[in-house]
Amino acid sequence: MKKKVIFILICIFALTVIVISPFIGPVRIPFKVLSDFQMESVESQIFYSLRLPRVLTAFLAGAALACCGVALQAMFRNPLATPFTLGISSGAAFGAAMYLIFAAWMKLPFGGIIFSFIGSLAAVLLVYGFTKVKKGFSVGTMLLAGVAVNFFFSSLILFLQYISDFTQSFRVIRWLMGSIDVSGFQTPIIFFIFTAAGVSIIALQNLNLNLMSISDEIALARGVNVAKSRKIIFFATSIMVAVVVAYCGPIGFVGLMAPHICRLLVGYDNKILTAASVLFGGAFLALCDTFARTLIAPAEIPVGVITSMLGGPFFVWLLLRNSAANSL
Amino acid sequence: MIIETKNLAFTVSGKRILDNLSFSVSAGRRLFIVGPNGAGKTTLLRCLCRIIDDFSGTIKVKDRSIKKYSQKKLAAIATYVPQSLPIDIQFTVHQFILMARYPHLSPFSVISPGDEKFASDAMEMTQTTGFAERVMATLSGGERQQVSIAAAIAQQAEIFLLDEPATYLDYKHQRDIHSLLMKINKTFGTTLVCVTHDLNSAVLSADTIIALRDGRIVFTGSPDEIMDEKILEEIYSKKFSFANHPVTGQKLIVPDYIE
Repeated sequence: MKKKVIFILICIFALTVIVISPFIGPVRIPFKVLSDFQMESVESQIFYSLRLPRVLTAFLAGAALACCGVALQAMFRNPLATPFTLGISSGAAFGAAMYLIFAAWMKLPFGGIIFSFIGSLAAVLLVYGFTKVKKGFSVGTMLLAGVAVNFFFSSLILFLQYISDFTQSFRVIRWLMGSIDVSGFQTPIIFFIFTAAGVSIIALQNLNLNLMSISDEIALARGVNVAKSRKIIFFATSIMVAVVVAYCGPIGFVGLMAPHICRLLVGYDNKILTAASVLFGGAFLALCDTFARTLIAPAEIPVGVITSMLGGPFFVWLLLRNSAANSL
Repeated sequence: MIIETKNLAFTVSGKRILDNLSFSVSAGRRLFIVGPNGAGKTTLLRCLCRIIDDFSGTIKVKDRSIKKYSQKKLAAIATYVPQSLPIDIQFTVHQFILMARYPHLSPFSVISPGDEKFASDAMEMTQTTGFAERVMATLSGGERQQVSIAAAIAQQAEIFLLDEPATYLDYKHQRDIHSLLMKINKTFGTTLVCVTHDLNSAVLSADTIIALRDGRIVFTGSPDEIMDEKILEEIYSKKFSFANHPVTGQKLIVPDYIE
């Protein structure tokens, strides 16, 4: 099976990125740090408390976003559906910005995640609400509703920035660009818990997603509880997006690119596509982040800027390639 | 009675699509539903397999309200064959047919050799084995319809709800699909509920015919009974010409729109 070979290659690619990336950076890290768990040298401190957690976080964030992209694209039968285009990211970003500006002084445990989850859920409910009002679910309506919700929350974020003071505003702008800035293993562990949970939930929907990607009619005729499945997928994507956005800002296009590239590589069957996209998306973001912190070292480029610079042209290519606009 | 509806009604944005339908079908029968465009035929089929589920009144399948079934349990009994499948499906024929095993799978289970057997038997019966590895999007309309029926067979449903299964096909494929349906009905005792515009094929294939008009049942009876000038005029508001089949003598309608 050719697809199995390609899948194994994707696994190897992902593993290689995780292993090599922490060694790349302005400070040279010798391989002997691998045995220095006590972190006696400066190099091993950099390796264990900065680079490795950062690479792992980037990988898990990319994996989560790619997983959301795969699920949403199959569910909406539209190649342009992602957490970003559907407004879920901006909802989460608005929630997180609210926390940053108004509630950060409370020092709530997981405050950022909670606020951003409320935001992403609000965005989903808004998009979903449109379809309830306009009886009969139309994929086109829902995507356009997503775009509207996206603009709505973006303008709310702008408003927040306008009324907040300069330092807060700068923090929000910096964070909106998307960056993975972590130290220690707390963040990667949180990411691991949420990504693992989210990906598992989506993985259990793979058979449903395959059928829903054909048509809702066929999915129902085969026995998929489409309404329930949709809710589960919305919930899982909201929570994954919320965690990523709360910590790293709204990083765009990973959820768009990873599933598409993987579809070209391993085909349309979600049973293998989800796994491939998760690995590929993770490796992709980890790689982008490695560029982000090394290209103009010692300064950093926000990783969101890099993914968007790659993603913009990719989006256009996609439009030209299968005239996705027609299916709107 | 394998299907039984009572006072089935469905309204969408103030318009009554189905109006107090009560009828029943016993297992193994071939019920054809005819009627003019917009009479509610497709809507009726969609209610029967709960693609539409906000209807009023009751639909019972195997003496149990279909609202009490999970979608999955219902799909193990009744399946829906749409007028045509989407044309851009990127799965192979084999993958698509295996996906019809869904009602018999749990989210954790993998495709078993048993499932493979059902799929390959269904492909053999529908003569689709030859293009099993082709991508669905590359099939012709006739091939796609054969695959659609193959999937319904692999699904092992006892009731097939067919929405104009042969409408878009040429004469040969129309005949192939109809004889395939008869074969399925005979081999498995599958109950067929088939919506069609083609009165002649309904007369030749059905054992009972129901005619809908404006969401109401205006005729229930045998194929011979519907081949009646008055009844057909009542259904379609138009006069028909008839001729007898040269071999079987069956009364059929003939085109009469040539001046």
